[in-house]
Amino acid sequence: MQSAVLIEHLTKSYGSLQALQNVSLDVKEGEFFGLLGPNGAGKTTLISILAGLCRPDSGRAFVMGTNVQTNFIEARRLLGVVPQELVFDPFFTVRETLRFQSGYFGIRNNDDWIDEIMTHLDLTSKANSNMRSLSGGMKRRVLVAQALVHRPPVIVLDEPTAGVDVELRQSLWKFISRLNQDGHTILLTTHYLEEAESLCGRIAMLKSGQVVALDTTQNLLARYGAHKVQAGQEADLEDVFIQIMAGE
Amino acid sequence: MPIPFEYGSSFPTLLRKEIKRFYKVAFQTVAAPVLTAVLYLMIFGHVLEGRLVVYDKLTYTAFLIPGLVMMSVLQNAFANTSSSLIQSKITGNLVFILLAPLTHLEFYSAYVLAAVFRGVVVGLGVLLITLFFDVPAMQNPVWILLFAFMGAAILGGLGLIAGIWADKFDQLAAFQNFLIMPATMLSGVFYSIHSLPEIWQFISHLNPFFYMIDGFRYGFFGVSDVSPWLSLTIVSVFFLVVSGLALRLLQSGYKLRH
Repeated sequence: MQSAVLIEHLTKSYGSLQALQNVSLDVKEGEFFGLLGPNGAGKTTLISILAGLCRPDSGRAFVMGTNVQTNFIEARRLLGVVPQELVFDPFFTVRETLRFQSGYFGIRNNDDWIDEIMTHLDLTSKANSNMRSLSGGMKRRVLVAQALVHRPPVIVLDEPTAGVDVELRQSLWKFISRLNQDGHTILLTTHYLEEAESLCGRIAMLKSGQVVALDTTQNLLARYGAHKVQAGQEADLEDVFIQIMAGE
Repeated sequence: MPIPFEYGSSFPTLLRKEIKRFYKVAFQTVAAPVLTAVLYLMIFGHVLEGRLVVYDKLTYTAFLIPGLVMMSVLQNAFANTSSSLIQSKITGNLVFILLAPLTHLEFYSAYVLAAVFRGVVVGLGVLLITLFFDVPAMQNPVWILLFAFMGAAILGGLGLIAGIWADKFDQLAAFQNFLIMPATMLSGVFYSIHSLPEIWQFISHLNPFFYMIDGFRYGFFGVSDVSPWLSLTIVSVFFLVVSGLALRLLQSGYKLRH
């Protein structure tokens, strides 16, 4: 199977801070892949390099076989990114925002798809509302919609459910899961480990800029949760995460 | 699997967005600078009419109008790119443009053309209102349009550079207040440099903004302080330098991509 995201020996530092140290990953097409780690582990730096927001000191990154640095135009068309920060342009309505985002990718007359995204994200009633007037949860939905307007084969979600209510989380995951079933590759970072456990087929854990664990969710649970299972309890990803981060 | 789209250029959308951005706050971005220019005309025109000798048979108010129009074009072209970029950087929404498959040339062209558009709209507004005070001749409209476009493009490019360089609003304000404002005010908007002492005439010749104003004024009256061809040459070189620098900054990702 083709690699949707291929990362080879990425290294990045900000001054004396080593954000990524020789990180390599291979996310296959159609996977729902989790990238976990504590704050400052390097997750956002890794995503920023993939998205072209940040340049690595060394190493290479590919999206659907396209080098994100040497062929950035094509690579960006193949990638949809939901940024972590709740950012928006206060001059425009939701529909204008999505039309502009679509146009930035060179796509015109995209209203059918924009309407479909808005329906799935419960944004239709807010289509003509100014971005400033939206609640935090609604703004988060627009961020997700913006990442999807060009129907990218690879979707990167950088903590998409941070600070949003249960209802949105459920509708968002339902929609993202459907996109994954349709063949989109999903790369997710989140601090909600139960979400990662239920959604991700494979997980990589980063700590201090290094990959410290990489396996299927089932294998991680089996390996690190065995003692809980033996004690008659159910293993969960939180235990796994704590053990790995503690270096056990 | 996802259905591939027919991809076009990102440029028209970014241009439309930049124009729509200032149009949505037109009271602040168009009406206010027109009012400022009219106030300049009323005050300076009233105080200096009959006291300053400019070109032969030319009233001071008629002399002043093209200068004010061009000053408005330049300052608003600068304001458009610089304010848009610094706002997008500070609020973080620049990420949507940085994530898009835009070349640095598309980025530059869209921002600068939107700046030219705003500069010309404000300039036209100033010109229309000032016609109530005096009607300057328009002997060479091609020169008028050429210098208006080149001047606005240069200031749009400078605004882009300032917006990229500045991390905070006060840094941008410093760029505007200590560089752009003095250079435009001391470029011969309010006087012919022939009325200045020699040393100040020499210093004025070092100011590229002087050639923009002087060439633009030549389009109205057919007379100018220096040859319009010299002005055009200097303005063209300045345009190439500013554009080259802005494009280089965009290509390198300076202060935009880490």
